[in-house]
Amino acid sequence: MSDLRFFVDPIRCIGCKACMQACSECATHKGKSMIHLEHIERGSSTQTAPMVCMHCDLPTCAAVCPADAIKRTEDGIVQSSQAPRCIGCSNCVNACPFGVPRYYPEIDQMLKCDMCYDRTSIGQKPMCASVCPSEALFYGTLEEFQARRKGTPTNTFQFGAQTITTKVFIVLPEGEIGLDMDVISHMDARFEPDAFDHLDPFAHLEPLPQAQPGLTGGRL
Amino acid sequence: MAKPPLSREDYLDLYGPTLHYSPPGGFRTVDDYDDLVDTHCCFCGQQCGIKLKVKDNEVVGFEPRYDFPFNRGKLCPKGIKRYLQGSHPDRLLHPMRRTPTGYQRITWDEALSETVSKIQEIQAKYGRDSFAMLSGVSLTNEKSYLVGKFARLALQTANLDYNGRLCMVSAGAGNKKAYGIDRSSNHWEDITQAKVIFIIGTNIAECFPITTDYIWRARDNGAKIIYADPRMVPMARTADLFLPLRVGSDSALLMAMLHVLIRDRLIDEEFIRNHTVGFEDTADAVSNATPEWAAEITGVPADKIELAARWYGEAETGMILHARGLEHQTKGVDNVVSCANLALATGKIGKPGCGHSTITGQGNGQGGREHGHKCDQLPGNRDITNPEHREYIARVWGCPEEEIPGKGLTAQEILNEIHAGNIKGLLSLCFNPLVSLPDANFNREALDKLEHYTVIDFFLSETAQHADIVLPGSLHEEDEGTSTSGEGRVIKINAPVTPPGEARRDWEILLDIANRLGRGKYFGYTSTREIFEELRLASRGGTADYSGITWEKVVDTQGVFWPAPQVTERGKTTMSVAELDSEHPGTPRLYEGGRFYHADGKARFNAVKWRESGEVVDDEYPIWFTTGRVVSQYLSGTQTRRIGPLVDQFPHPKLEMHPRMAKQLGIRTDDWVTIQTRRGEVIIQANVVNTIRPDTVFMAYHWGGKESANLLTQRALDPVSKIPEYKVSACRVRLATPEEQAEGERVKAASARTEKNLPAGYGLQERRQELRR
Repeated sequence: MSDLRFFVDPIRCIGCKACMQACSECATHKGKSMIHLEHIERGSSTQTAPMVCMHCDLPTCAAVCPADAIKRTEDGIVQSSQAPRCIGCSNCVNACPFGVPRYYPEIDQMLKCDMCYDRTSIGQKPMCASVCPSEALFYGTLEEFQARRKGTPTNTFQFGAQTITTKVFIVLPEGEIGLDMDVISHMDARFEPDAFDHLDPFAHLEPLPQAQPGLTGGRL
Repeated sequence: MAKPPLSREDYLDLYGPTLHYSPPGGFRTVDDYDDLVDTHCCFCGQQCGIKLKVKDNEVVGFEPRYDFPFNRGKLCPKGIKRYLQGSHPDRLLHPMRRTPTGYQRITWDEALSETVSKIQEIQAKYGRDSFAMLSGVSLTNEKSYLVGKFARLALQTANLDYNGRLCMVSAGAGNKKAYGIDRSSNHWEDITQAKVIFIIGTNIAECFPITTDYIWRARDNGAKIIYADPRMVPMARTADLFLPLRVGSDSALLMAMLHVLIRDRLIDEEFIRNHTVGFEDTADAVSNATPEWAAEITGVPADKIELAARWYGEAETGMILHARGLEHQTKGVDNVVSCANLALATGKIGKPGCGHSTITGQGNGQGGREHGHKCDQLPGNRDITNPEHREYIARVWGCPEEEIPGKGLTAQEILNEIHAGNIKGLLSLCFNPLVSLPDANFNREALDKLEHYTVIDFFLSETAQHADIVLPGSLHEEDEGTSTSGEGRVIKINAPVTPPGEARRDWEILLDIANRLGRGKYFGYTSTREIFEELRLASRGGTADYSGITWEKVVDTQGVFWPAPQVTERGKTTMSVAELDSEHPGTPRLYEGGRFYHADGKARFNAVKWRESGEVVDDEYPIWFTTGRVVSQYLSGTQTRRIGPLVDQFPHPKLEMHPRMAKQLGIRTDDWVTIQTRRGEVIIQANVVNTIRPDTVFMAYHWGGKESANLLTQRALDPVSKIPEYKVSACRVRLATPEEQAEGERVKAASARTEKNLPAGYGLQERRQELRR
């Protein structure tokens, strides 16, 4: 097994989606990205989180597959579902503790990240970790990571009674970092709630129209 | 005169923007290509290396270019999907003449004849300067140089300016005042050696994504990050110190930081004494600029300003990075020299890990601003009003000195004069002023007043729709040449494909027009390589000296940092391109040993007085309005608004506002809001986020028509650089009325068309067939 590892370091993620756009260029899943990126809660923060398949040593998705369509190869890669076998039941989608597999109704099949098997099996870097501008996605040896970077990589996760070890590492920030995401908390105290009066930016405005439910789309 | 003849719907059907998704030939070409060509991304000043896949004279995909030292394979979404701009259904494939009912296909001969006769007619009637030219710095160095020469010697007009006027000029003017040269002080590798990085007025994660890696590498080495921005942008989120300053208050913050450095003796007196001029005046100017004073203006707590100054002053090494947030102001140059004052006062410049750099925004924003593209400039960053400079360039060009026109008007001033009726004709390429200049309603009126307008473009941009003659030009991947990255690294652009249909390379079009104007004797080039060789000679001895750079050296060493002056005596005096030497290794780091580029070798402090922005909030317009980029779009969006996957990532501009303001205004996320300034009105949806100051709203500027942020911005210009004040306006915001909301929804629906015959799931249909077999 290659000693090259995959590291996900969410604190570095800038939400640019280069990983998704690059993943979607693959000839095997044409225009669809197998890496997913979530805005945690855009209203409160610009924090985003990329999610690749964690490539578990004992993959739950494979364990629950009634059709034996998900194989883990000897090099530790949990492959995407095998088309002739996949029955589209979504057991894996529901069972994966990391929420990685997705079911695509248009092909009646589950597809997921296979760590660019076409590239990594011949010694190339996976596409997402190649393009990631901030190295929130990093592909290299554990020694290389530890020599160069801060943070604590971990690949052991506890889900209830289930302990899972994975080929992919998640990087935990060093020490405790308290991040206050509201800009106001970084501003001069005169900008604290109820002390905004010296700017008085809204006093002149007409009384507000009441928001009219039904006229607008999504709500916060 | 030049009103667009078609309806919005007709433009959409015929000329887009069409959202283009799949590579030519579908995704099967991903692994089935003929060639892999080394070149660079065209979508920002970082100029990342990229490999383009080519099949049958079409670009069909990309591959990371791991060996290019700047980005080592890294790319942002724009670079990854950039290949979709070629083989695009909206691509202009033949010359056109605008008629009252649409656009008529004409031959190149007709198009060029009409353009040339209009130029001659207008110049004969109103004088030579009544015909202006606008250009842009997404062009290569060769084309930028050629445009400068073409406007002066073929059009013979003084009125040439470029879209770097909306981008780089504040930094350029500030750099020249402080250091005597206009380039970022260091190659980016030096960022990783800094122990403190002060970032002000730049959303690095979205505008310069690859630079984030350099900052993280510095953090891995123990660097502290100080981030000043009105928004908690992604890189500010984890900064060690975040300073949420009010838009337009940058110079107050910077003055207070200098005040603290001087008060606490955190300055390098020996460096100041030996390598600078003017410290006393500058120190006097900040003697009352206390952190408490600045806190009142900026809204940043005084103790945080103190801390920022102390961290910067006490650190062994430090780097200052800024971009348009600080430069797009009527105080743009003041802000830049205020940053320079900090670097000079602490001696944090000209050493590993020490420097002060603007981050160039446009593709060739660095190289394109050096070789005569600007209204006041000649090649080598020479001054068009300096008699010696004019004499030298006249020798290189082989023309009498008096044939070179004098200083012309800047970009917005050209539009102002068109509006006033003093400029009657226009030739433009690589510029979409209707989207990118401020106060779009005014500029639209101006374009409609032109007696003649010829545009060279690859898509029919919002501005090109006003042209009388449309000439189809070339995309980045259809022409070769060099460009210069934000680091000052000159790199080679290669051309994997040729222009499609009847489209032609931009430089060949300009040569044809020059010939037809009877000025062909100055433009005998048969390749872009020949233009570069002449550029070398023309830049020799200027501050932006490229004379020691050759294409071979650029390719062999993965880029050469200018200045690369002549080393041999022969090279320093010859007027023959063939005799120039290429011995100089280039200059990755400027100012080593405290040597600056003013005649006395010393840097200049520049005293700055606090003043307010061109427009400030008042009872009528009580909210600060500011603009910027998103990661998936580039400039006015002519290219990136046509690339489906990039549009899907951020399909429409939204108005960011803080929950506190939103609560007072009764606005929730996705509500339609009406934003008004003294210039115009925009109706878009809100995004309520606590990552922005509660007195400020933000809107991205990449869209045209009624979704354009520049309907709201003002034409106030920096007195020195003439950059418009995009980043500071006063506005008011309210919930849209039902009628306004309906209009907003109509505009949103008509912003683009989705590609016809799009395979379901972008090719998944095809895959489904394969899987069923």
